[in-house]
Amino acid sequence: MRAWFFTEDAYPDLPDVGSYESIRVNLPNKHFDPSRGADLYNMYLDMWCAADEMGLNIMNNEHHQTATCMVPAAPIMLGILARETKNARLLILGNPVANRSQPVRVAEEMALIDVLSRGRLECGFVRGVPYEIAPANVFPYRGTEKLWEAHDLITKAWTTHDGPFSFEGRWFHARQINIWPRPYQQPHPPVWVTMGSAESAAQVAQRGHIGAVFLAGYPRIRSIFDGYRQGYLDSHGNEMPIDRLAYCALISVGKTEQEGLDVAEKLLWYMTSNKVPPQYSNPPGYHSTAMAATMMRGNSSGTGLPTATTLAEQMARGNVFAGTPDQVYDQIKKFYDYCGGFGNLMMMSQAGFMTFDETLSSIKLFSEEVYPRLKELTSGYDAGRMQEIRATLPDVENINVSALASEFVR
Amino acid sequence: MTSDTSTVVSLRGVDVPVVKQGSGPPVLVLHGGDGPLDRLPFAESLSGSFELMHPTHPGFGGTPIPEHFDSLQDLIFLYLDLIDSLDLKGPILMGFSMGGWLAAELAVISAGRFSKLVLVDSVGIKPGGHFDRDVADVFALPAEELLNAAWHDRSQAPDFAKMTDDELQTVAANRVAHGLYTWEPYMHNPKLRYRLHRIDIPTLLVWGENDGIVTTDYGAALRDLIPSASMSVISQAGHNPHIEQPGGFVARFMEFASS
Repeated sequence: MRAWFFTEDAYPDLPDVGSYESIRVNLPNKHFDPSRGADLYNMYLDMWCAADEMGLNIMNNEHHQTATCMVPAAPIMLGILARETKNARLLILGNPVANRSQPVRVAEEMALIDVLSRGRLECGFVRGVPYEIAPANVFPYRGTEKLWEAHDLITKAWTTHDGPFSFEGRWFHARQINIWPRPYQQPHPPVWVTMGSAESAAQVAQRGHIGAVFLAGYPRIRSIFDGYRQGYLDSHGNEMPIDRLAYCALISVGKTEQEGLDVAEKLLWYMTSNKVPPQYSNPPGYHSTAMAATMMRGNSSGTGLPTATTLAEQMARGNVFAGTPDQVYDQIKKFYDYCGGFGNLMMMSQAGFMTFDETLSSIKLFSEEVYPRLKELTSGYDAGRMQEIRATLPDVENINVSALASEFVR
Repeated sequence: MTSDTSTVVSLRGVDVPVVKQGSGPPVLVLHGGDGPLDRLPFAESLSGSFELMHPTHPGFGGTPIPEHFDSLQDLIFLYLDLIDSLDLKGPILMGFSMGGWLAAELAVISAGRFSKLVLVDSVGIKPGGHFDRDVADVFALPAEELLNAAWHDRSQAPDFAKMTDDELQTVAANRVAHGLYTWEPYMHNPKLRYRLHRIDIPTLLVWGENDGIVTTDYGAALRDLIPSASMSVISQAGHNPHIEQPGGFVARFMEFASS
């Protein structure tokens, strides 16, 4: 198992929740104090550097026009970390290539980070959550198709070393592509792609990339990971290596159970603060028409959130692992067995008002007392044995899966 | 009242449903982002004197979006084929909102095919500067604000709560098609203003006085770009004067059609 420390770099100092319509897209930036922002950027970079020193890997991402994530350009933060860290693999998950107009520029940025870090980049591509549509001003219909077109162009740019080539696709056009630098890793950095259904998982599996799932929990994880495993087998003729799958959960480890749970409550800021109205969570062309209609009906809260937001519910869903090191290991192991195994754990272990010290205490306990056991767990991975274990565990009933829960599974 | 007939015109793999309604001189009706208009009282009223033809734009009304469709340009050329196929003799061309933009583009290319042009609360141009929001962002407005912008009397607006799941899915799919045809540049073709001079047929703009999607000032800017255009403003109506004031709307159409 490889663990990836992740914080979304929130700007948590929000006005009264009743005073604004949305934390995303239209929250006026007068609420952003640049001085406070400078402190936060530096704190988040310090957290990642500390994670590196603890032997954890690093994951970052970007969002736009939102207080939930202060980083609108993940490659910039990753460029700093390429210089400031020594050992950690550096995962960007990811580049919202369906929302960006210049894939060649993305290929260049990623190559730069890969070279600067001497080959530590892991490069993710994401379609992005629906609230990214308004900031990007991009029509989301056929977004998945667009993502793969960008992917094809970027991987070709990384792997072409004998002068310019031409690309004239449906969305992207460039006739003289010849990037400098080229990547450090050969043939190119490992690629990750997010997935939210068995169908999208099969597309990732077909290309042999790492498939990443956010907060799908017990209700959805089996169908997605099963889709990947089957897709991989169909495309490659053999079982997937366990390092091809990744799961992201909120993780809090305390010296006592109570400490772990108390900090986990603070992590839930990531979910409870995500106030987003329907016009941003349901742009035309993003969701299936069936889901869009459900959202128009107003069956959802309109917050863009999984409806279960108490800690106990989120833990039951498999979205949060929290408690003592033993408890956290057991929770992850149970989920791991249930879904058939995965080789990457993306750990959102900082959110909202969690302090530097609280975060470091949690991830230090994780790295010292949980991580070694997880590494041991996956080192003996055997696909056949894993499926036998999985078969003994019945499907968990869908736990309060709202239509909107799937937004986080992109 | 005469009965409607529905046909499907197949144009190189794209099936376009066309409802024909009434009898008399032909009127080609191009709907806007809310979908087909043939069930509305104004259309039934006009069908007493005209043969209305209501094609459904691909993606609307439960039809699929053709794989190669990306923008309004695809619709323009589809309808040039459709008009050939229907063999219409000098129809009046009437478009609503996005359908008005489509009608203007068709008239720019081939005004000679049409006898007259009617544009109802139409989009298609950008009269203002870079920082001016000329057309309300219908894809980003909160539901309440969208209702207030679009309607003089909000009770006239469709009520999602009363729709079946199928009907609501059609509305959701209509939104997708609407977005496909209008997303960027938003609700306009930057070149259109330099081409509207080609429209050399009598043209009437009909506008709801309280339209908050495209204001009467926008309508006036559009009128000024079309050589022989006049504009008629209907009071107590928003973006859909044909729905909010069907009597006034029909009267204006009849007067223009017979002039």
